Amino acid sequence: MESLVTSLRIAFVTLLVGAGGYTAVVLGFARLAAPATAAGSLIARPDGTVVGSRLLAQAFTQPRYFWPRPSAVGYNAAGAGGSNKSPTSPDLTARGEQVVAAHGATAARPLPADLAAASGGGLDPHITERAALWQVERVAAARERPPTEVETLVRRHAFAPGGFMTQERLVNVLELNLALDRP
Amino acid sequence: MAAILLILLIVGGTAALSWPLGRYMRWAMDPLTLTGPAGRCDRWFRAVGGRLTHREQDWKQYCLSLLTFNVVTFTVSFAFLALQPWLPLNPDGRQEIEGSLIFNTVASFTTNTNLQHYSGEVSMSHLSQLCALMWQQFVSAATGIAALAAMARGLAGRATMGNFFVDLQRATFLVLLPLALVVAFLLVLGGVPMTLEGAARALTLEGAEQLIARGPVAAFVAIKQLGTNGGGFFGPNSTHPFENPGFFTNVVSTMAIIVIPMAAVWMFGRIVGRMRHATVLFAVMMALLLAKLGVALVWEAAPTQAFANLPIAQDVGNLEGKELRFGAAAGPVWAVMTTCTSNGSVNCMHDSLNPLTGLVPMVGMWLNATFGGVGVGLINMFIYIVLAVFVAGMMVGRTPEYLGRRVEVREVKLAVLAMFTHALLILGGTALFAASPWGAGTLNNTGAHGFSEILYEFSSAAANNGSGFEGLGDNTVPWNVATGLVMLLARFIPILLPLAIAGFLARKRATAPSVGTLGIDTVTFGVMLIATILFLGALTFFPAAALGPIAEHLQFMK
Repeated sequence: MESLVTSLRIAFVTLLVGAGGYTAVVLGFARLAAPATAAGSLIARPDGTVVGSRLLAQAFTQPRYFWPRPSAVGYNAAGAGGSNKSPTSPDLTARGEQVVAAHGATAARPLPADLAAASGGGLDPHITERAALWQVERVAAARERPPTEVETLVRRHAFAPGGFMTQERLVNVLELNLALDRP
Repeated sequence: MAAILLILLIVGGTAALSWPLGRYMRWAMDPLTLTGPAGRCDRWFRAVGGRLTHREQDWKQYCLSLLTFNVVTFTVSFAFLALQPWLPLNPDGRQEIEGSLIFNTVASFTTNTNLQHYSGEVSMSHLSQLCALMWQQFVSAATGIAALAAMARGLAGRATMGNFFVDLQRATFLVLLPLALVVAFLLVLGGVPMTLEGAARALTLEGAEQLIARGPVAAFVAIKQLGTNGGGFFGPNSTHPFENPGFFTNVVSTMAIIVIPMAAVWMFGRIVGRMRHATVLFAVMMALLLAKLGVALVWEAAPTQAFANLPIAQDVGNLEGKELRFGAAAGPVWAVMTTCTSNGSVNCMHDSLNPLTGLVPMVGMWLNATFGGVGVGLINMFIYIVLAVFVAGMMVGRTPEYLGRRVEVREVKLAVLAMFTHALLILGGTALFAASPWGAGTLNNTGAHGFSEILYEFSSAAANNGSGFEGLGDNTVPWNVATGLVMLLARFIPILLPLAIAGFLARKRATAPSVGTLGIDTVTFGVMLIATILFLGALTFFPAAALGPIAEHLQFMK
């Protein structure tokens, strides 16, 4: 009985400090140190409408935009997830065929793998620089702009996430597409 | 090359950090003198706890207090989840949660497992996340650290094991809370959201609406990683860019998985006063960790089998279920770390790992003592140690001893029982669900991989890990009830039995070491311990492994 009372007292104090105080301190720190990312790294147009988060992928299907990696959840940012298919699964082969057809990849011009493989959360905001360059031809044609101009834009957006510990340079798809739309 | 650098940074950096942290944890958990700040904290903790905290406890009283406290935290969390629709801090209007799912979730978070049959951004209000789940991430982890401190005191030959209620507060307020603050601050600086607002509405460039779930993520993720909890704020855990936005947050999060389990070894060594022995244990765990890392990295460098005959350029290994920003090696590295310890968070989808890579996390959970869960990892290792000294004793015909005390029939019986429980819960559960529609009707993949999904789920529940082959449709009443029970049994039996063993050993008269004593500070002992772990721990599960991941791998061998 005494044990129960002691347990309740300690449960109350740990709840107060662990769930309450701790959260409040981290919230306060976030508000001071990084208010924009603390709210979800949202990107807004000058008129205030939010177009998305720079951390989250969104669907792009029009030829005039760069396309992100496939998403097993249709880029649902309120119910994220992966395909959870085994790498040996015939379902993955079927999706691979679909993506290859959509991008128009051929044996002579194979598709970079990140454009065929879905990410873990279905919201990976990046593609590899290679995968972006691979799409330059289509995007440039759809926008009737010289491919070299679009290519320069891609290269300007490419970055190495881990510095010297990174093998592959990446591009943020939403930011790249926003830059494309800018006159 | 990048992979090796990453491993050096994460493993080497964490090992280096674990030394001072182990020293600090000894100070925090088992202060030598009660003067200065340690004394002030101690008086405060006893004031909070009341009269009971002034009494030293033997192993039975300690276990009883541990169980009582866990019953209370279970009940409180259950109440928060059951009352969710009527409680505040619910900006997105989350509804009632189904009964068996509440039971499973509460069992999961009470037992430090964090197996999630729900998806955070779909089912949970901010209040549920903070008060039912994140609170448990503190106190369930603290329960493990407290149990280890008690076991160490017993093995050090002290008359009593300390006081559970004081230990729990020490672990919560002096160990977990400061570390969680540091990690949460780093995550905030790395771009992780931290807000109490509800979902944001976005109008995408192509004119579609995207609803963006968010919340107090940074605080949650920090303790999730540190306390070997592993339950994410969002469904897909640390693959979600809001939990893990970049390369830097991924490194911090990976290190946070294993830093306390590593430091716990040093804390143990200091309490029992045998640092050389602790070094041998650390080396054994490190050897197993590095072996698993090597295997996982090699197998995951193989491309996605399903794309083999398509015009897809695969020169970077298997990318299904992985995030690009962490780099190619980060997925398998995390997968190994999270299952060596009982963390269970993921930064890539384990269901989509190549078949043999997927076996490595399972081996981690079967052994469950390669650093292991906070506190409980070393408690599990203690079972292997008891068995190792027993087998070694039999081999040379001497009465086995550990830390100067004779290990006899009763202790070995309890150790075997603890090991047997782990195996029975995994293999028995898998057999039952593989043979019935309870399991077979919920698979996301067919054939051998489907079997692996069931095997993984029970391994995860029994190891109190919490990761999953997440394709499994596990939010059903049979899955919720079965894994809920497995988690509870697999949590408390392997804490209570070793505490009993330590209690029995503490009561025996210490014997001076003789020529026949097996030295526990030696390489020989390390090798003996590894052999015991592999023969008793791993081989038990080999037939199941052959039916799942190994069969799937061989099917596509060219």
